[in-house]
Amino acid sequence: MEPNYPRFTPEMKKTHTILIPNMLPLHFSMLAAALECDGYKVEVLGNCGSQVAQLGLKYVHNDTCYPALLVIGQFLDALQSGQYDLEHTALLITQTGGGCRASNYIHLLRKALHRAGYGHIPVASLNFSGLEKDSGFQLNLSIGRKAIAAIFYGDLIMALRNQTSPYEVNKGEAKALAEQWVETIRGWFLQDKGFTGKEMKRTFHKIAQDFAAIPVKHTPKVKVGIVGEIYVKYSPLGNNNLEEFLASQDCEVNLPGLLGFVDYCISNMGDTVRFYGGSKAGILGSEAILKYLDGFERAMGEAMRKAGFHAPARFLELRNMADGIISRGNKMGEGWLLTAEMVELVTSGYENIVCAQPFGCLPNHICGKGMISRIRAIYPNANITPIDYDPSATPVNQENRIKLMISVGKERLEEQQQTAPAAPVQEPVGHLETTLESIPGAR
Amino acid sequence: MRVGLDIGSTTIKCVVLNERGQVIYDTYERHGSHIAEKAQELLHRLAAEQVPGGRAHLAISGSAGMGLADGCGVPFVQEVFATRVAAKRLAPQADVVIELGGEDAKILFLSGGTEVRMNGSCAGGTGAFIDQMATLLKMSPEELNEAATHAHKTYTIASRCGVFAKSDVQPLINQGAAAGDIAASIYQAVVNQTIAGLAQGRPIKGNVLYLGGPLTFNSALRKSFDDTLELTGSCPEHSLHFVAMGAAFYADKELDLEQTAQAIAHTDLAGSYACQPPLFANKEEYEAFHARHMKASVPCVPFSAQCGPVHIGVDAGSTTVKVAVIDEDANLLFTDYRPNLGNPLPLIREVLLRLYQEHPNLQVASLTSTGYGEELVKEAFRGDNGVVETVAHFTAARHFLPDVDFIIDIGGQDMKCFKIEDGAISDIFLNEACSSGCGSFLQTFAEALGYDVKEFAALGLFADKPVDLGSRCTVFMNSSVKQAQKDGASIQNISAGLSISVVKNAIYKVIRAASPEELGRRIVVQGGTFYNEAVLRAFEKEMGVEVVRPDIAGLMGAFGAALHGKSLAKPGQKSTLLTRQELLEFSQKTQNVQCNGCTNHCQLTVNTFAGGRRLISGNRCEKPVTGKTADSDLNLYAYKQKLLAGYKPGPAVRGTIGIPMCLNMYELLPFWHAFFTSLGFAVVTSPASTRALYIKGQASIPSDTVCFPAKLAHGHIRALADAGVKTIFYPCMSYNLDEHLGDNHYNCPVVAYYPEVLAVNCPELADITFINEYVGLHRPADFKKKMTAILNKYFPGIKKGEVDRAADRGYAEYNAHMQRVRDKGQEIITTARAEGKRIIVLAGRPYHVDPEVNHGIDTLLCRHGAAVITEDSVAWHMEKFPTTVLNQWTYHSRLYAAAKYCTTQKDMDLVQLVSFGCGVDAITTDETREILHEGGKLYTQLKIDEITNLGAVNIRLRSLFAALDEKDRKEV
Repeated sequence: MEPNYPRFTPEMKKTHTILIPNMLPLHFSMLAAALECDGYKVEVLGNCGSQVAQLGLKYVHNDTCYPALLVIGQFLDALQSGQYDLEHTALLITQTGGGCRASNYIHLLRKALHRAGYGHIPVASLNFSGLEKDSGFQLNLSIGRKAIAAIFYGDLIMALRNQTSPYEVNKGEAKALAEQWVETIRGWFLQDKGFTGKEMKRTFHKIAQDFAAIPVKHTPKVKVGIVGEIYVKYSPLGNNNLEEFLASQDCEVNLPGLLGFVDYCISNMGDTVRFYGGSKAGILGSEAILKYLDGFERAMGEAMRKAGFHAPARFLELRNMADGIISRGNKMGEGWLLTAEMVELVTSGYENIVCAQPFGCLPNHICGKGMISRIRAIYPNANITPIDYDPSATPVNQENRIKLMISVGKERLEEQQQTAPAAPVQEPVGHLETTLESIPGAR
Repeated sequence: MRVGLDIGSTTIKCVVLNERGQVIYDTYERHGSHIAEKAQELLHRLAAEQVPGGRAHLAISGSAGMGLADGCGVPFVQEVFATRVAAKRLAPQADVVIELGGEDAKILFLSGGTEVRMNGSCAGGTGAFIDQMATLLKMSPEELNEAATHAHKTYTIASRCGVFAKSDVQPLINQGAAAGDIAASIYQAVVNQTIAGLAQGRPIKGNVLYLGGPLTFNSALRKSFDDTLELTGSCPEHSLHFVAMGAAFYADKELDLEQTAQAIAHTDLAGSYACQPPLFANKEEYEAFHARHMKASVPCVPFSAQCGPVHIGVDAGSTTVKVAVIDEDANLLFTDYRPNLGNPLPLIREVLLRLYQEHPNLQVASLTSTGYGEELVKEAFRGDNGVVETVAHFTAARHFLPDVDFIIDIGGQDMKCFKIEDGAISDIFLNEACSSGCGSFLQTFAEALGYDVKEFAALGLFADKPVDLGSRCTVFMNSSVKQAQKDGASIQNISAGLSISVVKNAIYKVIRAASPEELGRRIVVQGGTFYNEAVLRAFEKEMGVEVVRPDIAGLMGAFGAALHGKSLAKPGQKSTLLTRQELLEFSQKTQNVQCNGCTNHCQLTVNTFAGGRRLISGNRCEKPVTGKTADSDLNLYAYKQKLLAGYKPGPAVRGTIGIPMCLNMYELLPFWHAFFTSLGFAVVTSPASTRALYIKGQASIPSDTVCFPAKLAHGHIRALADAGVKTIFYPCMSYNLDEHLGDNHYNCPVVAYYPEVLAVNCPELADITFINEYVGLHRPADFKKKMTAILNKYFPGIKKGEVDRAADRGYAEYNAHMQRVRDKGQEIITTARAEGKRIIVLAGRPYHVDPEVNHGIDTLLCRHGAAVITEDSVAWHMEKFPTTVLNQWTYHSRLYAAAKYCTTQKDMDLVQLVSFGCGVDAITTDETREILHEGGKLYTQLKIDEITNLGAVNIRLRSLFAALDEKDRKEV
């Protein structure tokens, strides 16, 4: 019982370095630039290794979800490293603020800091739910706009890199280009530019064209989508380098973007009013924001298609894809979005799916594992494997299950080629939009 | 020619096929984790003897083969996939393949949409599980199978994972259940696990193929599957080698076997696993450590000339039986320590007879028993006292270190830790069902790897790079070891790693401490496991503190019991123990019967001893013993059950609505019953939960790690369907009612949305109108509006006015119901105070009222003389107060409030029920503990699951009461 903890005050902006856990390397690097431009000193943590999980296990209840163990362990490991002036260091953590226990991460972090002897280090919360008003992170319009731009750029670069790198003639080109673009955008953000609607739309095309210029040789590959609890879905630390592993198994990976989750949170505000009542302004407000973001999504999709890439469904399309399987009232954790993403992947050629979650993840009992049988019933081609992550789950077990999923995918790929030998071997990108329309139930 | 290698977790299998695909050679050998060496040897052998020219199409499969294949450039085939390839060729008529391996269970659906399923990382081993159980029963796997064929009945054993099952099997052994019946029950547990975990609602029917070691070797296991699936499956020729054959068929590359063997030799498998610092930096460090621990010893003296008076302590533990005899000055006269071969009584009789024989004039002043077999021993030999094991251990530790402030005891099957403040036990940590098996795990593992446990542990002392195996349960450790083996860890490093993980498990899982300061500085470690110097050293290193390990570390329970008997003995007391003659004539007859006293139908074990004395165990209440029903007047759980059972269906004017009695319905039934009755519906509820009801629904559970109360919902849906109900109402609710005790009023994700899971996974709902819409009772005005619209989708014509009235009735009934609970709670408190009884707030969630979920812990508390109330009967006394965690779930806000209220009431203590797998409770338990500790109260947590070993719960509760008594004595 220690309700007294140091607040993150506006003055600390000048004096403190803010540490941020790393979830999505590409996105977070640009987000950091957005904060830096506004005068914050930030650092996205890159430390990993077994001591991170060990520290988490030591200071957090061991039955707590794995992401909490890792994020808190990563913070503690950084604080112990001696690299930071502990009198002038603050931590930033996100809070989704729903009925999932993830909303408690900040409290678990404070408890852990207290027990580990870092009770004086302030923790700021980044949330959109009005929690932690006195330690909230002071977002302003400039940061907000850049953050949105960072998410779009990050999603776009990630998708293009993933669609290019398995097929590139000169290994490593797509990865290098992705890093180069992130650096460029970071540079813009620091100069307070590159985030307006006009600039973004123009840049989308440039990025897409740059990736399209990478020489590729298209051979049939098993296409794998990754969905799941947001941290283990994205963070290589959380999922034992899942993306890398899939790439090593000669697969093309599709990692649905971060924007989907942001949109999902916004959409839920309106849906909560729809389901339970309340001010209609909630619905109008959230729909207006979604519509505004949809404009960028359209532009992004267009840029991708024009350059010959596959563009994922827009959020407003995605939102209806789980209809008849799970209700949009299911809003804790990744909720209906996770189910919808699985449907989107299955209907757009990524029928092999890894559904990643921390061991014992509560919302995923429902929207992940709980929905797989129904998705299989509707889309018999769905080849989904749920994988649990936790400090003691071994990569060998996880990889074995993923390999099983890939084997089945490979077999189907071979069958498809045998049954349709006349079809041109590739040109997989670009044409998927039409196939999507022709699959019953895809819309 | 084609060669397939299948390298599993414990065995290596190989087949050689000729050009026509016929098997010309096959082997099946244990690899003892020497994977690379075995594989090389095998390839050399094949090249020399079986494959002329030494070239063949080769592929590797199996969970342990992955790293090897990658390293030496041989194609790898995933094992389930390999099975499928083989099954398609060799058994095209098969519809379903069930394959059990060392640690994996797999089901392949071949016809009607191919699907492959593998057990999740939690469900753990099956072959390894059977081996473990066989070891526990002191049988070889063959003997286990043989015994099972003579079974007359089966017991319920948790099917979820090996560790759970172990804690169910142990009491059965201790109660003297027939070995054959236990063996059959073990197989049945495997069957239930496979079906529940893997079939996930898809029926297993048609032509079923049984593959893999356990199913090949154990005919009784096959029969269990046959009986449960109601079909006759077959175990084909080469059933052990399907994976290897699949690999062989799939092999598309011709390789030179000798060259491959060399490539394996050059594959660098070493040193790439996660490791930790060695236990000792050098030999000198070890010598100093060893010498220091030699100092803590008890004086041993021979029997005096008069042979007494002596006090005998007997600790009938889960895996061992210990006896200590002391004189009036607490000198040790005699000790005995032997493995428990299932039934402890013959062993103890033998020891006692030996004592009588060697010392014909033996004057026994007292015999005190403790441990799992406490009651059995006391009854069988007419002992003087029984003492709960925690108190026995504390008594013994205090003898060594009078101002001890922390005791940790790691035994074969359980772990007990207690904190001592002001000379009384202030906090107790017992391992929950999930992390048990620490000591015996080391032993089982040592044996599996072909070592004696002492020898195995000693191997780890000077390991250079101990493997980091994590701190979770046995099953996880198993796969961590598998991974380490794959990565080339030496047996020394694995041994050290296992010892360290036992310690980490104790510290971080059971005690939940972050630093030595939290434990205290004066620590006594005991229990047989601490004879293992690697474990002892790991503990000191992990905590950074030097501890006392008595030289009788493994006998502390018996020693403590003897001391306890001594302290209770009056001068000149003569023990009631059986005389030598009576011991010689001693006999024991064990009978298993089902109690028909109530719907619980407890499995009773009745032991009858010479002279007609009887001991009944396995009962949850006193009825089979005294013939009287437990007094439920002071049990609010019983009252709640009665209230809920009172909601009977009214007239079916508009129709009938079925409501499954699960999760939040345990609280909201009064609302929905009044609501729908007012609208003219007859409200039918599903019957009370039973084991059978659960089993009926288990096949449609999609996530095996969800909490048991949620899993039970599948059974309730099935029961309603079986009763012919055509409309079921079970709404989703993100929010609960707001009781203004927290910052928000959510339901947990599982309570909120489980109807969604039922809707898409329960096949019986296909012909039923299942109304699982999202409703919010927290906004009454909106609820009426939204509900009118929802109901009109299913029952056109229901008017808003009717819904308004029905909702008002619902809210009124709900409030009245909650008030009744609070009133009854108050009444119980008043009565208990008048009678001077302890009041226990058995705090959980509304669904913990279900006896199938709480396993009768409420009545158990009453048997101990306490009055039992619920968290919601006292939470309302409190105002919202600040907590260190986000207080956003209605049920949990009540929990915090109830804990806080307890701290204001002298005679009230809280026991928290936690369902295994409840993620939210990872947060609430620490917070509740802190609230209670701040108010000077003990915190007690009982983790419960599908099956709960009430023996462990009983020890926990008795320890609690002993500690409370001690505390009261101090205060007087």
